Amino acid sequence: MDPITVIRSRTVVMPSTHIDTDQIIPARFLTTTVREGLGAALFADWRYDTSGQPRPDFVLNQPAAQGCQVLVAGRNIGCGSSREHAPWALLDFGIRVVISTEIADIFRNNSLKNGLLPVVVDEATHEWLLANPGVEVEIDLPDSTLRLPDGRNVTFPIESFSRYCLMNGIDELGYLLSQMPAIERFERTREGA
Amino acid sequence: MTAQSLFEKVWQRHVVVPETDDTPAILYIDLHLTHEVTSPQAFDVLRARKLQVRRLDRTLATMDHSTPTDTAQIFGGLPIKLESAARQVRQLEVNCAEFGVNLLGLQDSRRGIVHIIGPEQGVTQPGKTIVCGDSHTSTHGAFGALAFGIGTTEVGYVLATQCLLQRKPKTLEIVVSGRLPAGVSAKDVVLAVIGRIGVNGGTGHVIEFRGAAIEAMSMDERMTVCNMSIEAGARAGMIAPDATTYGYLQGRPFAPSGTDWDRAVADWNTLRSDAGATFDKSVTLDASTLEPMITFGTNPGMVTTISGKVPERPGDPVFARSLAYMGLTAGERMAGKPVQVVFIGSCTNARLSDLEAAATVLRGRKVASGLRALVVPGSQQIKLEAERRGLARVFTDAGAEWRESGCSMCLGMNGDLVDAGQYCVSTSNRNFEGRQGIGARTLLASPASAAAAAVRGRVTDPREFLG
Repeated sequence: MDPITVIRSRTVVMPSTHIDTDQIIPARFLTTTVREGLGAALFADWRYDTSGQPRPDFVLNQPAAQGCQVLVAGRNIGCGSSREHAPWALLDFGIRVVISTEIADIFRNNSLKNGLLPVVVDEATHEWLLANPGVEVEIDLPDSTLRLPDGRNVTFPIESFSRYCLMNGIDELGYLLSQMPAIERFERTREGA
Repeated sequence: MTAQSLFEKVWQRHVVVPETDDTPAILYIDLHLTHEVTSPQAFDVLRARKLQVRRLDRTLATMDHSTPTDTAQIFGGLPIKLESAARQVRQLEVNCAEFGVNLLGLQDSRRGIVHIIGPEQGVTQPGKTIVCGDSHTSTHGAFGALAFGIGTTEVGYVLATQCLLQRKPKTLEIVVSGRLPAGVSAKDVVLAVIGRIGVNGGTGHVIEFRGAAIEAMSMDERMTVCNMSIEAGARAGMIAPDATTYGYLQGRPFAPSGTDWDRAVADWNTLRSDAGATFDKSVTLDASTLEPMITFGTNPGMVTTISGKVPERPGDPVFARSLAYMGLTAGERMAGKPVQVVFIGSCTNARLSDLEAAATVLRGRKVASGLRALVVPGSQQIKLEAERRGLARVFTDAGAEWRESGCSMCLGMNGDLVDAGQYCVSTSNRNFEGRQGIGARTLLASPASAAAAAVRGRVTDPREFLG
């Protein structure tokens, strides 16, 4: 995982509320055994028509969306299934930050584990972002701050250990493995071995 | 000592290292269930980092999501038709063999939907922490376990360390008081709960379901309720264990026996919220006011009574888009809407009592002409028992298809699909766009409501078949 510090990008906006992980990547793409290459399936049922052609009216197919790394979504994005294929697909497509007023628990967790930054903002900031698609924003992870083009700085909450891992490009497994003596002690006490 | 909730008691028992400002708690996992879809990439991480599965005795694998329900492809020597699914199934077999994981494989008589076989085998028990790479892991909370879905990265963490890093969630108490009227099921209760608090009402919380209506429920019914906690955004739902729980578990293959059983029950009896325990939020519903429910939109919170109408929400473009997808109009009556497919199955409603509820309606009747009805038992054990009790015969006599166990039509990844534009009354858990197939229109309801729709060929109040 590449370390994340500051991400600067234009936004792409999907105002729908409750965008579930079945939309982000439909179940028929889940019979894969690898995590690579899922960007092609991102939002497949919204992005392509029944003959597999891109729908020109879908936001991610529009020229302005190309190269955008920041997705601004309606409330409660990522609800539903626990499929980690959802953040994998977003990342593979090029999205590195998801902004909403509310991000569903498992999707947020899975995103943090893969270097997709979940940014929860207040209603007013969210409304402004929804109303101004394509603006250039800056997400400063060390400062936990979202910077808007009008000069506003919006602090966002992010779990401290996840932030540490993201800034250093490491996963949590190394830390868990380093705690093995405590885990073994816990097992001995409980299992009476 | 301060009064504790059920959740707090189970949480506290599993804290290996307490949380600090800088680090989440390390939480010990008693039981890890795994399946073919969300595990291959996790086993690859073990290989890449030269790690073993740390506790084989706490790990159990099965296959359910991408497996076909067609008997010929399971037992008849025919290959699995969907090539990518066949590869995924093979990969789980390879991974389990290589790492020594106990696999209830394709032809195992104990195979089934992962959230159905855990309880069935007695491996799901009160007070345990249980995880699985599947959001409906919340089902196991019906036994007073803390059970939640995780992603594939965390599947790898649990395989390697038997632990997860977790911040302590908040608690939400949902009290369902009173008594359920005849013809109103556990599915209707949980749909009503989701309708009330919304699909994000439980985000960041663990739900404890309490109250007289919950206490009166069987384990099958409690599992249906906890199963759909995730559809309210809560990762887990819990119900305190009691005599009903113990009655279900006693004698199951992995349940304790002899003096171990008595010791276990004495301990499990302490797993209830203390008088005076506090919750971050609380919601109360009166069961006696509930009716059979059905969804009309594209998330489980878009739900109404079967006797009701599609609500009106002028000026809400997301709502309008959802109705357009569903081919419904605001103000339209749900009852009488023609349906083309009925699906009875899934981890929500494919247990024996669900099949019995459906059979009660279908016995001696026929599926409406032109309608496709699919009945898919939750496990091979349930399949056998349903055949022994003559339920399977009721379904096939009525003209429904009777299949091998699996997730089937709940999600379109195993060949069981609803065609574009078709309405399907489904006992599953998600009515998201495309969930049952591209363009499929899902109406979530109880097994009795699904069976009633199968007979009439349209959305029907199951109480018309009572008595």
